[in-house]
Amino acid sequence: MDLEYTAEQKKFRQEVRRWLADHMPAEPLQSFDTDTGFKQHRRWEKTLAEGNFAMVTWPQKYGGRGCNLIEWLIFEEEYYRARAPLRVNQNGIFLLGPTLMEYGTSAQKTRYLTPMAKGEEIWAQGWSEPGAGSDMAAIRCKATRTGDTYVINGQKTWSTRAAFADWVFCIFRTDPDSLRHHGLSFILVPLNASGVTVRPIRQLNGLTGFAEIFFDDVQVPVENRLGEEGQGWQVAMATAGFERGLMLRSPARFQETAKQLVELYHSHRNDILDLSIEDAVVKSFMDAEAYALSTYQTASRLIKGGKIGSESSLNKIFWSELDQRMHETAMSILASRAELLPHAPAAENVGNWLDDFLFAQSGPIYAGANEIQRNIIAERLLGMPRK
Amino acid sequence: MDFTFTKDQQLYHDSVKRFLTAKVTTEYIRQSWASHTGSSAKLWQGLVELGLTAMLVPKAYQGLGMKLLDFILLAQECGRVALPEPLLETTMVATPILGTLAEKDPRCRSLLHKIAAGEARIAVLHTVNNLISDAHNADWLLLPKSDQLHLLARDQVRLTAQASIDPSRRLFTVEWQGSSETCLTSGTEGVALLAFILNCGALATAAQLLGLAEAMLAMTVQYTIDRQQFGRPIGANQALKHHLANCAVATEFAKAPLYRAAYTVSQRPSQADLAISHAKVAAGEAAVLTAKHCIQAHGAMGYTWECDLHIFMKRAWTLDKFWGPAGFHKNRLRLWLMDTKAKIGADQTFSTQS
Ligand SMILES: Cc1cc2nc3c(=O)[nH]c(=O)nc-3n(C[C@H](O)[C@H](O)[C@H](O)COP(=O)(O)OP(=O)(O)OC[C@H]3O[C@@H](n4cnc5c(N)ncnc54)[C@H](O)[C@@H]3O)c2cc1C
Repeated sequence: MDLEYTAEQKKFRQEVRRWLADHMPAEPLQSFDTDTGFKQHRRWEKTLAEGNFAMVTWPQKYGGRGCNLIEWLIFEEEYYRARAPLRVNQNGIFLLGPTLMEYGTSAQKTRYLTPMAKGEEIWAQGWSEPGAGSDMAAIRCKATRTGDTYVINGQKTWSTRAAFADWVFCIFRTDPDSLRHHGLSFILVPLNASGVTVRPIRQLNGLTGFAEIFFDDVQVPVENRLGEEGQGWQVAMATAGFERGLMLRSPARFQETAKQLVELYHSHRNDILDLSIEDAVVKSFMDAEAYALSTYQTASRLIKGGKIGSESSLNKIFWSELDQRMHETAMSILASRAELLPHAPAAENVGNWLDDFLFAQSGPIYAGANEIQRNIIAERLLGMPRK
Repeated sequence: MDFTFTKDQQLYHDSVKRFLTAKVTTEYIRQSWASHTGSSAKLWQGLVELGLTAMLVPKAYQGLGMKLLDFILLAQECGRVALPEPLLETTMVATPILGTLAEKDPRCRSLLHKIAAGEARIAVLHTVNNLISDAHNADWLLLPKSDQLHLLARDQVRLTAQASIDPSRRLFTVEWQGSSETCLTSGTEGVALLAFILNCGALATAAQLLGLAEAMLAMTVQYTIDRQQFGRPIGANQALKHHLANCAVATEFAKAPLYRAAYTVSQRPSQADLAISHAKVAAGEAAVLTAKHCIQAHGAMGYTWECDLHIFMKRAWTLDKFWGPAGFHKNRLRLWLMDTKAKIGADQTFSTQS
């Protein structure tokens, strides 16, 4: 065990810090769930790519730097420390990207990874359906093969960023007679294909953060399939591993939230009568720290050839419930001003807490609801009986 | 940056685990309750032969010259079997203290030789506890008085037994008179060593709490597989699954803080207070939560003397309050965090400033 950064890692941190200081947008960007904001964020992805910072863990030939996971964590720390814009392409770079590296043909890697890194193609994820939420194996949306083409019919829903995105990666039923997680395939679909209708859905904050997608005889070539036909479940589970495991929510995000919470507490200290709030602030700091320490431990293990499996469910529960608690605490500190929208005159200095509080409510739902994660922990990690 | 244990550390951990699992069974623990001292010379000899008492003694005094980090997984194993021997107070608390004084104090040197050889056990008193454990079996006692640390032989003190709900814990209050002869150190060095004692004690206790949590969880999972109600194993019920999954989450996120805490003692002493307090709070919470859900999953069986669960539960409840309860340790963190100069944020976890 050696919990010191190497000289190169320290240098890398300084390089990231300096680059971000030089390139950060002068004004905070608008929400990427608006048309203007989406365009601003797309431009920011391009800027990142020009600095070779789009995805530091990727090989150089796809625009990365071949960094290991520790260096990725350093990048993320600097990124959140600088309060840099949220990643509009996180579905692409954190989820589809790693899956492409593992399952993609070399033609697919060349075709998709570089435009993804440059923000030229922003990806949405299309797994959930009205009848297939937690029970993802109940997917009914069909892709029927005729020659070298899949003809797609059906509906996806809750697809994040799809209101403005360019592509969606989906799981469809390619074998009409199959049941449950058999007979599914992982297929990439351009959202401008004929027969695709995207219907934006307003979220709690009123913006269209996700969308439903209708497929009406949409044709895509078989080269758009990732992995073997019928192997979609396995490919999807690899993506889910990245999502719950390490990539989707790096600890830096929560550590910076904890830091802001401490600052918020300091600035309201004299008005706070509820003694339990201070305890909650301390606990937030500790838990964010624990998540960071644990992630460094996992990253070190993976660098040495270890694998991450059902343990990723432990992470998903921990970060999403931590995020929820931190934002509940911030709301308690802001008290009667907590409900104010940013443009209300009295809302000065309330920051982004309200919008982030709303979003924190979705953490225990998306990327596999926490009840499902608890089932996974109990059955696969602890070995409790399924029936 | 590498947050893993070495091959050697893992191999040694495996062999200690194997030894403890084989020797320190719950039948053994129940027998030890009936014995006068609660301790077994044979088991102690086994621990000595494994090198456990020599590990943290510096090489100059016939020890193996290892660090607390090398011991942390072993301390977790001591918790996992609810070891009823005073191993950790001697090895993880007294040994590092004597080590820092050895160069200038011949008493400490000779005592370290004896500890390494398994011929001396030390009990340690600290003001956060006010009770001293296993003093009846100790050859020597480390005793604090304001800024002084004293070393007294057992026959120089008067012990009064204080019965604990955990029959393995043999607790005492101690009356004693120090003199300039018994005083090892005082003043700023004394204060620093008393703080170091507290940290070592809290670290050793956090490791045991984590091991206890894992042990309770494992035995309870097995129970929910074996016990049938409504024609199926009780473990098939989601309510129990989710209780036990919560224990797994709490336990998992107590691990990395514990190992980081052990690392800081030798590598980043200025951060040790905070790291150890974090580890103690997290491990205590994990163990107490696990005790609560595990007794629930056992039903009435868990409320009996006969069921082994209470061996671990009682140790978890008592150790959670020993070497500083959660409030004490959270307060140390709070005082630091609420100081506006505290450096926190995403880039600070492994920063070298404190
Ligand atoms: C903000 C947000 C973004 C999202 N983005 C995407 C996206 O980009 N792409 C995509 O495909 N999907 C996305 N989703 C959908 C998400 O994956 C689903 O919401 C999630 O899988 C849960 O499915 P559901 O909403 O249908 O809830 P349900 O499955 O109907 O669950 C409702 C409740 O019942 C519980 N429940 C269900 N089954 C069980 C069980 N067996 N045991 C115990 N409890 C159970 C759940 O835990 C939950 O609390 C997003 C969701 C949100 C909120």
